[in-house]
Amino acid sequence: MKNERIKQKGEQLSERKLPGKGLSRRSFFKYMGAGIATYFVWTDYLASGVLPKSEGDLLAPDQLSSWIHLSETGQITVFTGKVEVGQNIRTSLTQVVAEELFLPVSSITLVMGDTHRTPYDRGTYGSLTTPQMAPILRKAAANLREILLEQARKEWKIEEVSLTMDQGMVQHPKNGKKLSYGDLAKGKTLLQQMDDNVPTIEPTNWKIAGTSVPKVNGREFITGKHRYVSDMVLPGMLYGKVLRPPVQGSKLRAVKTERAESMAGVQLVREGDFIGVVAQNTRTAAMALASIEADWDSSPQVSRAQLFDHLLSSAEKGNPVSSQVTKAFDESTHKIQHDFEVQYIAHVPLEPRAGLAQWTGNQLEVWTGTQRPFGVQEELERTFDLPGEQIRVYMPDTGSGYGGKHTGEAGIEAARLSKATGKPVKVNWTREEEFKWAYFRPAGLIKVKAAVKGQGIVSWEFHNYNSGGAGIDLPYLGTNKHQEYHRSDTPLRQGSYRALASTANIFAIESTVNDLARKIEADPLQFRLDNLDNDRLEAVINAAAGDFDWNRAKAGPNHGFGMACGAVKGGFVATFAEISVDRESRELKIIKAITAFECGAIINPRHLESQVTGCVLQGLGGALFESVDFKDGDISNAFLSSYRVPRFKDVPDMKVILLDRKDLPSSGAGEAPIVCIAPAIRNAIDDAVGVKINRLPMLPSGIVPEG
Amino acid sequence: MRINVNDKDYTVVVDGNPSLLEVLREQLDLTGTKYGCGEAACGACKVLINGTPTPACITPATVAQSKKVVTIEGLEKEGKLHPVQEVLMEEDVFQCSYCAPGMIITAVALMEKQEALSDSEIVEGMNGNICRCCTYPQIVSALSKLTQKAKAG
Ligand code: FES
Ligand code: FES
Repeated sequence: MKNERIKQKGEQLSERKLPGKGLSRRSFFKYMGAGIATYFVWTDYLASGVLPKSEGDLLAPDQLSSWIHLSETGQITVFTGKVEVGQNIRTSLTQVVAEELFLPVSSITLVMGDTHRTPYDRGTYGSLTTPQMAPILRKAAANLREILLEQARKEWKIEEVSLTMDQGMVQHPKNGKKLSYGDLAKGKTLLQQMDDNVPTIEPTNWKIAGTSVPKVNGREFITGKHRYVSDMVLPGMLYGKVLRPPVQGSKLRAVKTERAESMAGVQLVREGDFIGVVAQNTRTAAMALASIEADWDSSPQVSRAQLFDHLLSSAEKGNPVSSQVTKAFDESTHKIQHDFEVQYIAHVPLEPRAGLAQWTGNQLEVWTGTQRPFGVQEELERTFDLPGEQIRVYMPDTGSGYGGKHTGEAGIEAARLSKATGKPVKVNWTREEEFKWAYFRPAGLIKVKAAVKGQGIVSWEFHNYNSGGAGIDLPYLGTNKHQEYHRSDTPLRQGSYRALASTANIFAIESTVNDLARKIEADPLQFRLDNLDNDRLEAVINAAAGDFDWNRAKAGPNHGFGMACGAVKGGFVATFAEISVDRESRELKIIKAITAFECGAIINPRHLESQVTGCVLQGLGGALFESVDFKDGDISNAFLSSYRVPRFKDVPDMKVILLDRKDLPSSGAGEAPIVCIAPAIRNAIDDAVGVKINRLPMLPSGIVPEG
Repeated sequence: MRINVNDKDYTVVVDGNPSLLEVLREQLDLTGTKYGCGEAACGACKVLINGTPTPACITPATVAQSKKVVTIEGLEKEGKLHPVQEVLMEEDVFQCSYCAPGMIITAVALMEKQEALSDSEIVEGMNGNICRCCTYPQIVSALSKLTQKAKAG
């Protein structure tokens, strides 16, 4: 893969004459070579709701959106703008295509996230690949299958409808003759738009989809052969570093670069406040950078100590809360009022941002690990005032993102340094840079007032300041609801993160609802079930509760049970936790955590289980100890030695239960399962020792405070 | 300076005292060894030096002089994966796999030191390696399978 990618630089981009946002129908076979292909266009894609209308309008209606091509040699290539960051969609998308074409996964190649070869895609986030890209590729593959059958009938001059297909061959119904897919594609230039009504294989009959197909290019990774962007090398390539301020928000006052400039093999690049160096190796570039004497202006900034006051005071004015909501609250005898504080946390992708750039005349190529290659292409268009056709962004399978790689900083920096020096340049961010100059999951303050009467919620007032509106809707029945997200001024750069604000909102919701149940001395599990009208959510709750054995006796006085549930982006999740708090040391021990998850028909059980496990454990970090510390624009824990992430030893005894709903369309799973672990533990701690911890992280020191 | 990596001798430049990680990646183009933190906190850069797993990011290249270095690229012998690689592949444990080389190197040393390992010994031995995708349980269960196999004979 890597060599192929690197060799591509030798190809003449100008020969391609491809539009910047995907490929037009006319240029198709010139570009692809003869064969048979099915495609779908923007309008199909829009119908699936994957793009906001406004964005779709920017594109010609006949512009291809994705396609599958069968070559004369029988090779199937699928083109999609989606990217692989470890969620293993390269495998799951391959599976759905293989299924419809009666082919082994090994005969299918996916080309992903290459702005000159794959159709425009907004980005890989929001758990949209499985619910939206997979069904459309499945249909495109089914169409290709129908075309192949039609071609075989023509070839054999027969009418029979039921021909069998297996392992890339179509079989004659009588004489046992076979035609390979490649034979059927020979000399053809057949391009057909996908027929939306084509029959696809029922999930109950799946043979390849629905099974634990191993990661398709797994061996490349396990042998260290795969080239992440940070590993890539181009002939004559130099290593670049960029000068950064000591703290966020400071301005360059004066700079002395003479020492760096005089260093052998170092080239200095200065364009206004952008200062960088390039050298033959990382060490020389780092030494040159360190020799630059810069003087920075800085001004006082909001620090962590003032964070929540600041989020509240800077919030935009909200909508008035109706008098019914406040009246019901005031009149109730069973009510709760909580403030939840949620700290900034960092994604910490194990591969920090990396970008490699090369200019050939006025053509730019950039390799970078991003969840939005077309977004980076647009950023580059703006940076260099170049049309998109002249910019090609490649996205090799990357060392994870979790929502943290929507932007193209390292690629843009590499492109600037490369332009100035005339050489290919690679910029690999250090861990410290990744902590300080990427973006964080938003911090938030959530204020909740809630009341019950009888067994039902009669007042629910919920304000989220800054962290976001995702997952803000109360999934429970109830009257007099006011739910609102208020934008605030964020002291730190913030952005997308796995499940967005659902983690914060569901933490607040599930904590408050649990407290309401306890207030009226109801069983928190039963109270939830009584107040839900959502079969899928109830099913995961019941599955986890059964396995957990919720009604069993606790092992001791300082033991507690807690649960939480949530519905996020087509995924339904419930987590049950058993914990204990040491009487002397007040240390928390998670004895057991059981998570049940359902997201429709399962495409790859093993990879799904891995996503759920990964979400729960990553969620454990944010639940217990992860938080970004900052003062006057300085991130004070910008290292892995000071910012704690979950490790082997943090893993509790855990179990994942997957519910397979073959009757329901598949949804993504990279986000939803993260939301329940924090409130489940919080509620278990309350159950054990009567202490309500309304902040994330809950226990930076690992010690449960006294009540 | 001469250095032996994966049973091959190389001459490398050590002016300015580069880390072993930089020499492997930038001079020898052995990029399977990853950078994750630069401060011996994540294990992504681990290599074997005379059999001992060592974070290459904080190890000066000169330390490896006249010693045998093994990187992830050196584990596969004549197309045959190391049993640790094999089991992790069979069990299909990784997501983004960026942690994989460091995990594998650490596990290879761990398994060689002692064949029959309990799960808690595996956890103890692997704790210096971070998998941000949190595939920890899968790694432990795969390695545990391997030790079971070793025990069985
Ligand atoms: S890069 Fe060496 S231990 Fe993290
Ligand atoms: S699989 Fe992504 S860091 Fe381990």
